[in-house]
Amino acid sequence: MEQQYVIGVLVANISGVLSRVSGMFTRRGFNIDCLTVGETESSKFSRITVAFHGDDDIKERIVTQLEKLHDVKEVEVLSPNETVIRELLLLKVRNSAETRQDIMTAVEIFRSKIVDYSAQALVCELTGESTKIDAFIELMKSYGIMEICRTGIVAIERGENCLRTLHEK
Amino acid sequence: MILTGAEIVAETLTEQGCRTVFGYPGGQVTDLFDALYRRKDRIRHILTAHEQGAAHAADGFARATGQVGVVIATSGPGATNLITGIAAAYLDSVPVVAITGNVPCSQIGRDSFQEVDIVGVSMPVTKHNFIVKDVNELADTMREAFRIAKSGRPGPVLIDIPKDVQEAACEFTPHDAPVEPEPLRCSSNHRLQWAADRIIAAKRPYIYFGGGVIAGNASEELLAFAERLDAPLGCSLMGLSAVPSGHPRFLGMQGMHGHYAASVAEDESDLVIALGVRFSDRATGQKERFSKNFSIIHIDIDGAELNKNISAQLTIRGDLKDALRRLTAIIPQQMHPGWNTRISALRSEEARRTAASHARQQRAGFLTHFEILDAVSGAAEDDAVIVTDVGQHQMWTAQRYPLKHPRTFLTSGGLGAMGFGMGAAIGAFLATGKRAVLFTGDGSFGMNLNELATAVSVHANLVIVIMNNGVLGMVRQWQTLFFEQHYAATTLNRKTDFVKVAEGFGAQGMHASTPAELETAVSAAFSQDGPFVIDCAVNCDELVLPMLPPGGSIDDIITEIK
Repeated sequence: MEQQYVIGVLVANISGVLSRVSGMFTRRGFNIDCLTVGETESSKFSRITVAFHGDDDIKERIVTQLEKLHDVKEVEVLSPNETVIRELLLLKVRNSAETRQDIMTAVEIFRSKIVDYSAQALVCELTGESTKIDAFIELMKSYGIMEICRTGIVAIERGENCLRTLHEK
Repeated sequence: MILTGAEIVAETLTEQGCRTVFGYPGGQVTDLFDALYRRKDRIRHILTAHEQGAAHAADGFARATGQVGVVIATSGPGATNLITGIAAAYLDSVPVVAITGNVPCSQIGRDSFQEVDIVGVSMPVTKHNFIVKDVNELADTMREAFRIAKSGRPGPVLIDIPKDVQEAACEFTPHDAPVEPEPLRCSSNHRLQWAADRIIAAKRPYIYFGGGVIAGNASEELLAFAERLDAPLGCSLMGLSAVPSGHPRFLGMQGMHGHYAASVAEDESDLVIALGVRFSDRATGQKERFSKNFSIIHIDIDGAELNKNISAQLTIRGDLKDALRRLTAIIPQQMHPGWNTRISALRSEEARRTAASHARQQRAGFLTHFEILDAVSGAAEDDAVIVTDVGQHQMWTAQRYPLKHPRTFLTSGGLGAMGFGMGAAIGAFLATGKRAVLFTGDGSFGMNLNELATAVSVHANLVIVIMNNGVLGMVRQWQTLFFEQHYAATTLNRKTDFVKVAEGFGAQGMHASTPAELETAVSAAFSQDGPFVIDCAVNCDELVLPMLPPGGSIDDIITEIK
């Protein structure tokens, strides 16, 4: 059954590692929904979060192929119920006297923030799960979205389990 | 001691047990070549005619011995010329370390003269690759490259070294022994027990093995396992030479151009035990139909191969030698007389079809591949290394040449790279000191015949048998069968005289178009020890049979052409 999977990938923090990981997806014909990467608490490692759609078979193939890459230290499929998933959105919307109040209300209800204010435009910041971000964008469409930028998801397992301790075991 | 980067490369090569490297010099590796020159008593550098030949030679060296093959090329075109050779090694899991020079670090990314991002280019065809920008990391990177190349499922590793890193100096501490590969993973006990239960329950077991048996040095264990199971064996192209061709349980290669008995036996089996194979499309044909009649136990050292191409009912990740030993130990002696009677009947049927095919393919003025392979194998030493290029001659050799020892059949299986043979044969000869016999076609030989120069320079004991049909036979065969005999771009019609070509390079050669001429040429070739070309006239309409059409299955097998 096709579904979205989110995997956490602990990799060596060295140049070229992102190419190796993303290149594996391209080369073997797997599609990425989104991919984020950043340094971890140890400067030796970076952590990549990848989301993709596929069935169980494709998920297994992606995991085993990633595990073969020399710079990949640990791969974990994150179960949706046991994982905190967040995404950051920056959205620039047209600022006008007619819409300003409605935008402010929406920003408040979504627990978003206005992080830049100019005569012509407002920049809103929002974090949350992707569905919340989608809903906010949908709502803002009627006020004239000028530009959006979203980070793609980051994900971390609930409880005490850590990718790095898995790796060190 | 303080050494330059170039010297560190040369020192770590000897430290890793490397005595022969193949390569071609250029601007960005002159430091490295100088370091090799000053150590020529310890490392022999073999200059090839082209970097591709050097890469195939390092590959052939590694295939023939199991040791890591090493190739060196300069930046830019030198490095890109290696790519086909590296890809061939990658797809056939061969341990190779490729070393390239690059422009100095300060010039990188500026499209400097002969600059190519070879790490980016080679990423999809290497097991791993490195660019070393700090001379202090060079020695350990070299060691790591060897370790990766020979660990687990072997493969090629590329190290790119900018010129300024070759020039820079740092402290070097030699190691007294080559790096050890990572310990091989052992299969889990309970999975082996599940496998044993399934094997004991099977009525018609069939063992399908591949190159993993050779890489895993598991030939003996495989034969003991087959005896214990009372089961027939068939293999992929890469599995050839793991067991003697004449072994009574061995049915030969299966798949697109495999033996009839092997392909049919597999289809009639109820359990396939797949060992060190990756279920290439050339071996399985149409995937949905392939495993309709049997279940599969798949054992491989590479976890990513399990359930990649074909879903198995039971997968086991682990070293084959260990897995086969332990499986054999927990399975009582099996007896399958009925199944083996059926296998014998399939063998007889195959022999009848082969004889009929031979009779039909004989034409005046031409030699058949049967005659060529029988004459050459009759004259060649048992431990000669048989090498092929890619095409009809490759499949005929795979089908018929009687192999006796592991690592005596070298072929570009996965990549199917025409032009593989000359380099690989030279590498195999230099690695083993034994005669190499290259079977090639006029198409494949044309791709890299410049390496005749290398063969002559190193006085390679190399017999080159060209099955010359004047066409690109394998593609022509597809055109005959599936493209209404539209022979688009497959008729060579060249006036090349390969005997004169051989003589021009300083080698010897003879033509043969009758069995008598063939006998004369073969006896001349095998009574000397330099490179010798036998140019055999073969009919362009001779087909490789049997054939499972591409995307077809055992139901579509073509064994005769009316």
